[in-house]
Amino acid sequence: MKRKRERRPFNKTRLKNQILNVVKNPFNMIVAISLVVLFCLIVIPLLQMVASTFTVAKSEAKRIGDPVGSFTLYYWRYLLVGKLSGATLWGPLKNSLVVGVFTVIVSVPLGSVLGWLMVRSDIPGKKLMGMLVVIPYMIPSWCKALAWLAVFRNKTSGSLGFLAGLGIPIPDWLAYGPVAIVLCMSLHYYAFSYIHVSSALRSINSELEEMGEICGANKVQILKSITLPLVLPSILSAVVMTLSKSIGTYGVAANLGSRIGYFTLATKMKTFINGSPQAVGYAMSLVLIGLAALIIFSNQRIIGVRKSYATIGGKGGRSNEMHLGGAKVPLMMFLVVFLFFAMVAPMFVLVMETFQVTTGNGYGPDNLTLYNWIGTVDEARTYTNYAGIFKNKEFGSAVYNTIRLTFIGSIITALCGQFLGYISTRGRGKWYGSATEQLVFVPYLMSGVAFSSMYVAMFSQARLGGLIPSLYGTFTLIVLTSVVKHFPFASRSGTANMMQIAVELEEAADINGANFWQRMGKIVLPLAKNGFISGFMLTFISIAKELDLIIIMMDKHTQTMSYLAFTYSQEGYNQMADAISVCVLLFILVCYIIANRFGADIGKAW
Amino acid sequence: MSRIELKHIDKFYGDNHVLRDINLVIEDGDFMTLLGPSGCGKTTTLRVVSGLEKPQNGVMTIDGEEMINADLAFYAEPSKRGLNLVFQSYALWPHMTVRENIAFGLKIQKLPKDEIEKRLKDSLRMMRIEEYIDRYPNELSGGQQQRVAIARAVASNPKLLLLDEPLSNLDARLRIDMRSELQRIHRELGTTIIYVTHDQVEALTMSTKIALFKAGELSQVDAPMDLYMNPIDLEAADFIGNPRINFLEGTGRYENGKLMVKCELKDYTFDKADMTDEKIPNGEFPVVVAIRPEQVHITPDAEPGALPVKVYANQPAGSETLVSLQAGKSDFLSKQIGLAQYSIDQTVYVHIDPNKINIYDAKSTRLIKRAK
Repeated sequence: MKRKRERRPFNKTRLKNQILNVVKNPFNMIVAISLVVLFCLIVIPLLQMVASTFTVAKSEAKRIGDPVGSFTLYYWRYLLVGKLSGATLWGPLKNSLVVGVFTVIVSVPLGSVLGWLMVRSDIPGKKLMGMLVVIPYMIPSWCKALAWLAVFRNKTSGSLGFLAGLGIPIPDWLAYGPVAIVLCMSLHYYAFSYIHVSSALRSINSELEEMGEICGANKVQILKSITLPLVLPSILSAVVMTLSKSIGTYGVAANLGSRIGYFTLATKMKTFINGSPQAVGYAMSLVLIGLAALIIFSNQRIIGVRKSYATIGGKGGRSNEMHLGGAKVPLMMFLVVFLFFAMVAPMFVLVMETFQVTTGNGYGPDNLTLYNWIGTVDEARTYTNYAGIFKNKEFGSAVYNTIRLTFIGSIITALCGQFLGYISTRGRGKWYGSATEQLVFVPYLMSGVAFSSMYVAMFSQARLGGLIPSLYGTFTLIVLTSVVKHFPFASRSGTANMMQIAVELEEAADINGANFWQRMGKIVLPLAKNGFISGFMLTFISIAKELDLIIIMMDKHTQTMSYLAFTYSQEGYNQMADAISVCVLLFILVCYIIANRFGADIGKAW
Repeated sequence: MSRIELKHIDKFYGDNHVLRDINLVIEDGDFMTLLGPSGCGKTTTLRVVSGLEKPQNGVMTIDGEEMINADLAFYAEPSKRGLNLVFQSYALWPHMTVRENIAFGLKIQKLPKDEIEKRLKDSLRMMRIEEYIDRYPNELSGGQQQRVAIARAVASNPKLLLLDEPLSNLDARLRIDMRSELQRIHRELGTTIIYVTHDQVEALTMSTKIALFKAGELSQVDAPMDLYMNPIDLEAADFIGNPRINFLEGTGRYENGKLMVKCELKDYTFDKADMTDEKIPNGEFPVVVAIRPEQVHITPDAEPGALPVKVYANQPAGSETLVSLQAGKSDFLSKQIGLAQYSIDQTVYVHIDPNKINIYDAKSTRLIKRAK
């Protein structure tokens, strides 16, 4: 007998039971609350920002000639077809794309080769190398930009860098602009390819390669026709991540581009958002979001089907190493050179610069000073407004703010991430599971500057009749922004964590009479503890590094170390900016070491 | 002590109709096995009984008390049904010791301490794992984990014990040990048991009744030997029994209360008394003659009533010998206890007791003549 799901006639008891079934289950309530909160924190701000690009704002009301709040296409016209649109949109867009594409060209092969060397070759000192290789990624990208400046600065920005100080003439095209930006970002985003490729290589069964060897292929042939095609999907997704991230990066482009008038979308957008017309800035950030979405979705289209074999071969544990033979020495040299240029040299110059009186003037005893660290204003040998950072109140408050922001932000983020991960794993295949997953993914599409500009637009005035007060310029807004922006990553780590807790473990408790809260407290939380701690540490590091995301919102009272360093660098106090970056670096490295203790895998960080 | 009744249960996952109008009565004290290939709905049925899944249609009662009434959207919580479940993966909480695992549910029920201790000790003794009380699950072998999982389920004194393929993760030897262990538990506790498996040997050896599933439907519910002797249709006949039952094509004709069957072995005539209630087609119709391999007896020499056949292949395996035979174009298998030697292409003679033969209507695939 075939039966269908029937619609039943109305029945009071049935309705009562149906309502009770939903209400009595706390899980349903939690799902409902999370969906509402996600909607308010992600969808509404996005819609709000879209709306503001079509609405006349106070500052432009006179120029446009329409009343404040009425519909207008002025901003989009200004951006797309206005007299200045070449300078506001198309020029920066072209620069962004050029920078993005070249960053991919440099960083992806670099990261992939490093990944292969670390996983599949018999290169000596792998353990130490494996640790050193990810350290450059720990250095915030804006720190790298400062290090670059410390080495290559020339007369154009006033004080000389290391090389110019040695009397080597440094042309502007090397010191600033696209070349500098591409190289700096490549030394940062190589990590995406490294992480992706090395984990793909680890998961490939080496028997596949051995079979190639038995068939008589030589090493190059095996690499070319077996290994490479198998890791191609992960290389492609590394390409996508690198491209979408580098297009939206602010810190590097601002430090290395702005002073010679080289603007990318991200840097140009910020000048609009800080100045006027603001809505043009918002429109630009929508362009950025669209661009990122386009890149990511086209990637899913292209490799969607093929992606599946990225994880082929669960027996990856037993992987043989390829003997490098004669290539060992040159490859070793390559690694050493990479580490030297990516880590040792810039760090050395950066640290040394903090002790110099005049940058680029050599390391003679008369040019060395501790002033930048512990000097007071009247001790200064050159003109300056600021005391050394440890004597400087601003620095103290920046340290306080950084620690406050990272601690509060990452605790909230990690907790939310676990919860969201719980909802999306337990709701896998159900509508609320996929709704959560998709909502949470949205912030990933936005570059930091675009995301925070959205939040500034949303929360700069009271909403819902004062239910949400104006958060403009408050620390709360900065925390909120950091939390939501890190949702994708945190919930991904939460999902991975919750996946390891089999549903049966909860069902067994259910049958034994444990209610939802007892199941959470006695089964899920104890089992999720380790994953939670490592997720927390990774979020912590990532928030501590952050500059792009919060730069729009910072002021003297809320500034963090990253922001202070950025301001000093813009004002020309390079040594002090460097000193602060050294502090940030130490902070992050210490956190990383602690995180490693808890088994946190940096490979899971974005 | 409980009697479970499932009435018109339907379960959908989206548009996927996974349980189709399941009607099943499990009597108090039964060891009921839900048997069928993977994806046929047996585990889903078990989860519906346990309360982990909510069916869209149907009613379920335990001891006359309504536990599911889909019309009223009423579903009793799993913990209110007086049952316990042993998962295929055991689902032992890895952060708790054996003691904590077993005591967890008892503590939640707020039983007094000495009662918890008593039940803990009793269930451990029953499963013979007292010495592992303070170990963590990952310090135990698969077989020991299995015992802990059963001990945990038994400790709550369930009226109904559900077991979801509990032996599938064990090696062959442990499986045989655990089969006798489970039979013993059933006897000692007197609990009603519902047991899910795709392994017919487990089903045939342990259960008092077997419910055979086919693509979300119940195709047959019978005592193990009845199921083995008279599978209700060709698919069930093919599924039950190892080595597989022999199928020979033939034609049948039903006249004057007698069923006459022709096949390449021999012509048979059966009495009306041996026939099922299935509708018999008029005139000559195709049938399938089904013979269990152990019912094919071989003698090397011609005897009265024995049929000459050719040996196609011979597989001695120590305790038994499988012989492939050919009669005309039909292949069939004979199973003999002990060692036997035949040479390939040798002519031998077979005896088959007509009473042990099943006849199926080839078109409807249903059983029309029963074996005795």
